[in-house]
Amino acid sequence: MTTPLGFAALGGIYSERSGIINIALEGMMLIGAFGYVIGTQASGSTWIGMLVGIGFGIALALLHAVATVTFHAEQIVCGVAINILALGITEFILPTSGRVAGLPQWQVPIIGSYSFLVYLVPMLMGISHIFLFKTPWGLRLRAAGESTETLATLSLSRAAWQYAAVILSGILTATGGCFLASEVHYFTKGMTAGRGYVALAAVVFGNWRPLSGVAACLLFGFAAAFELANQWNIPVQLLNSLPYILTMVVLAGLVGKSRPPASLGKMRT
Amino acid sequence: MPKNIRNVSHFLRQLLRNFIPSLIALCGFFLLCGLVLLVRGQNPLEFYSVILVSGFATFDDFGYVLFNATPLIFTGLAVAIGYKGGLFNIGCEGQLYVAAFAATWIGMFLKLPSVALIPFCVGAAFMAGAFWGAVPGFLKAKYGTHEVINTIMMNFIAFALMNYLVTSVYQEPNQMNPQTPPIHEAARLPRLASVLPFVTQSNPLNASFLFACGCVILCHIFLSHTRWGYELRLVGNAPDVATYGGINTRAVIVWTLALSGALAGMAGVTEVMGYRYRYLDSFSPGWGFTGIAVALLGRNHPFGVLAAALLFGLLSKVALDIEILLNVPRGLFLAGQGLLIICLVSIDGFSRKP
Repeated sequence: MTTPLGFAALGGIYSERSGIINIALEGMMLIGAFGYVIGTQASGSTWIGMLVGIGFGIALALLHAVATVTFHAEQIVCGVAINILALGITEFILPTSGRVAGLPQWQVPIIGSYSFLVYLVPMLMGISHIFLFKTPWGLRLRAAGESTETLATLSLSRAAWQYAAVILSGILTATGGCFLASEVHYFTKGMTAGRGYVALAAVVFGNWRPLSGVAACLLFGFAAAFELANQWNIPVQLLNSLPYILTMVVLAGLVGKSRPPASLGKMRT
Repeated sequence: MPKNIRNVSHFLRQLLRNFIPSLIALCGFFLLCGLVLLVRGQNPLEFYSVILVSGFATFDDFGYVLFNATPLIFTGLAVAIGYKGGLFNIGCEGQLYVAAFAATWIGMFLKLPSVALIPFCVGAAFMAGAFWGAVPGFLKAKYGTHEVINTIMMNFIAFALMNYLVTSVYQEPNQMNPQTPPIHEAARLPRLASVLPFVTQSNPLNASFLFACGCVILCHIFLSHTRWGYELRLVGNAPDVATYGGINTRAVIVWTLALSGALAGMAGVTEVMGYRYRYLDSFSPGWGFTGIAVALLGRNHPFGVLAAALLFGLLSKVALDIEILLNVPRGLFLAGQGLLIICLVSIDGFSRKP
């Protein structure tokens, strides 16, 4: 349950750390799942399916980056539009129904046998943490999100870092979509069912940090798993909305403190 | 007299300048749709003729266009009012569900004559929508949290809550559909087919369309000719100036989102009291999100919103017709709508770029 959320949340963190709000996670995940199914059906290889999915994710991310970074479009509206676009494209070219193969699984002692992407999440989480907070590149990426001027004084391009971050966001989020499609073996319209928004909530909940962001996904994933083993007759819908309520509470600063990158969403000083 | 003419021509030029990006984006949209059909090996001219025929061939068709446009007028106004106040209301979808349920609830349980019951239902929906909008507004004013995240979260909370209420508490007995029992006759808005002789009886166009047109005019007066409208626009354009001028910015944020939510809620009213006469779970085909496109295309001006909503009403009818007649999935229009918004915000951003 946590894996697609984890990928999307990491994607969201990169984009938002560079100062670009990414509401388009939902659409990127959907198009990733769509690409995976289309690609696998056309080629018969799950690897090519995954490449196609990620390619579609990059295409959407590029669109978002061009509109928001180059043309200074409203990032939120643009993100919503990309979600609508993804929904439309996938509905227009709905793949023929029919099962597609899942991604290869790795046998790991004790934990069991899961798709290799499941094991990739904690690895990427660690790598992202080190990258963002321990390397000069991570520092520059964060600088792009914290102030509109710092990179300029270093004669570095803020736009270039933002492009890179948004595209990386597209790759990661689409990978989450590939995982989703490979687990259920088919594509249905709107199959991400709001997971992109949950991931966005996890980004905020996790204070825009990879470790706590993925931890938040785990918590939200637990809430979803919990509902399967619901013994006390708590309405399922109430449990479903728990992540959203928690996010609002955390954002309001009632529990802990969540601080967004200072120049998030700002294109000018 | 010459001065008057100059004023009019100035107004027209201003109008043209404001709406040129919309027109460009629209032409691009139709060209792109034609191109996609050409690639699919279909005749784009056929598609363009379907657009004209399906919307304007008979009074009946036009009635459907107006009917489709009605909820979009409200969600478009909701987004536009928020935008004027510098706030993004992405939560229209949730607000309209909550409001629709409030109207249904009153309509089911209150036994009153129409004159009293209809205002009660609309009032309840207004309050519910306003509340759902005011919560993110309050959180923004008090804790400074971004309204976008909170309106999105409130959407999902509304979906979950309404789903629970409809499936577990107020489910109509012996029914497969997740829906409530019908509301009283007295709470139903009259269909225009019962007044106009040249429309068939099944045409769903109802009084809520007139109500929507009234709200467009009211919103225009409110925004351009009242003190509150002025405060709203000032907070949206120059919050520092507003604070310096002695305006209670935080209060304005709260009531702007409340008003926006209430307007979005009216879209739910059109469904419950004008068309279905009951609450059906997840009845909205994304009106709240289409409202964003409507507001953008209408340049956030009430009359622009009306025009854009009519256009989208036409498009949603055309989408249905090309699916049946030309076998083109309606996803095409959805995708086109997404691209249209991206183009518009890009043009906007680019023209404001220093």
